[in-house]
Amino acid sequence: MANQIISATINDEPMEFLADTRDSLLEALRERIGLTGTKEGCNDGNCGACSVIMDGRLVNSCLVMAAEADGAEVTTVEGLATEDGLIPLQQTFLEEAALQCGICTPGFLVASKALLDANPNPTEFEARYWLAGNLCRCTGYDKIIRAVLRAAEA
Amino acid sequence: MGKGKRLQALTVERPATIQEAVQLLNDGGDTAKVLAGGTDVIVIARSRRRTIDLLVDVKHIPELTAIEWDPGSGLTIGAAAPCYELYGNADINANYPAIIDSASLIGGTGIQGRASFGGNLCNSSPSGDTIPTQIVLEATANIVGPGGERSVPVEDFCTGPGRNVLEQGEFLVSLHFPAPEAGGGARFLRFIPRNEMDIAVCNAASAVKLDGDTVRWARVSLGAVAPVPLLVQEAADALVGNPLNDDTIAAAAEASRNAASPIDDMRGSIRQRKHLSAVLTTRTLEQAGARARGENVPSVGGH
Ligand SMILES: Cc1cc2nc3c(=O)[nH]c(=O)nc-3n(C[C@H](O)[C@H](O)[C@H](O)COP(=O)(O)OP(=O)(O)OC[C@H]3O[C@@H](n4cnc5c(N)ncnc54)[C@H](O)[C@@H]3O)c2cc1C
Ligand code: FES
Ligand code: FES
Repeated sequence: MANQIISATINDEPMEFLADTRDSLLEALRERIGLTGTKEGCNDGNCGACSVIMDGRLVNSCLVMAAEADGAEVTTVEGLATEDGLIPLQQTFLEEAALQCGICTPGFLVASKALLDANPNPTEFEARYWLAGNLCRCTGYDKIIRAVLRAAEA
Repeated sequence: MGKGKRLQALTVERPATIQEAVQLLNDGGDTAKVLAGGTDVIVIARSRRRTIDLLVDVKHIPELTAIEWDPGSGLTIGAAAPCYELYGNADINANYPAIIDSASLIGGTGIQGRASFGGNLCNSSPSGDTIPTQIVLEATANIVGPGGERSVPVEDFCTGPGRNVLEQGEFLVSLHFPAPEAGGGARFLRFIPRNEMDIAVCNAASAVKLDGDTVRWARVSLGAVAPVPLLVQEAADALVGNPLNDDTIAAAAEASRNAASPIDDMRGSIRQRKHLSAVLTTRTLEQAGARARGENVPSVGGH
């Protein structure tokens, strides 16, 4: 096991942490920093549960090396809410009941945040296409899409 | 499946220059691999299908992520530039819609934030969804290594499933696409059982250059129907010098069906893949023709 020090800005907070050189960003977030909001589903890029925003881009943190985050800015689900409380997206997810078991929810919230940052007024098709890399076994997606589109109106 | 699994013990280096990267890869030998977007190589390192002890992250070398467009000399994209940057680029949208076709189809948005055309080519999967597009756009692969620089036409790059022309210490710096010509158009399509997020059962790209109604030049390329993506010369031969119409397109489609030598696997049968080779040749030619005539043929999605 070899450790390395990584300096990154995570949820607007500059920090240094120690990670194994073979850690993925997902493992580093959860196990080295204790930010367990980001979930592991498949660990191979297919489910989107591990979605984070890195340097302005949506990525699957299970397919990013922790070492790659050195010098980067990372936003996780923990970084979405502000001092004023939940952002509209989080609020509409609650109001539309866009979750059941909730394992996919952090990934959907982060991916939807990235969508609305890039395209504040998506069509339903655009929202569904953007979120195609996020899987949900419970909701059937309709409620999620409704929540995203309502948050866009807000 | 990688659930709960850690990568094999490895380190990640981040060279700032091409020369440093060549040195690291050359010293590292077979167990050193380039890390571009990581959407193939991290999966492999986690599956432990092969030994990897060093990942050389090339994304901090400026040439590897640059996107340069010049109406005279064409487009050069850094080998590690992610799909997201390609379909966000106005020059590429305006001049190379077939690049957008491929870039907006790879994985989902999170994969597109990382996956590169260079990584797709160097992974050399027969089904790589950027490779037929690169081939019909006459792309060349700019390679550097201990022996210096060389360029290889993309159609000669892959040598077998997962294998290519790169030698020890060599890596791909950029891909160059010649400037589009008046009367030119290209289109990429793939067949999968759903709209997105799957590996192609078959994919195809076509490019034509028209003089009025007559095809002056053409290329057709097929993926997932042979050990490497194919450039189907016979399909082009059926078109050049003729008008682009139902008959000539049917002849090109038949040439594609004959050129395909697919395998049966869980994604599709030989018969289905041969059929798809013809169907996708037809559709990509029709839509390449429409683009050549200046019609708007959107890629999928909101891009
Ligand atoms: C969920 C998911 C969905 C996917 N969907 C698709 C899809 O729809 N279509 C498709 O074609 N692929 C798909 N892929 C595969 C993958 O995303 C693509 O092949 C992608 O283009 C690889 O690019 P990368 O930058 O991530 O490559 P990496 O993983 O970084 O590298 C891939 C390989 O090429 C080598 N390499 C990379 N860059 C260079 C270079 N510059 N010089 C020399 N060698 C290099 C690496 O060492 C490695 O062996 C998918 C993968 C996942 C996980
Ligand atoms: S855990 Fe990363 S995509 Fe499933
Ligand atoms: S709420 Fe259970 S997987 Fe989405």
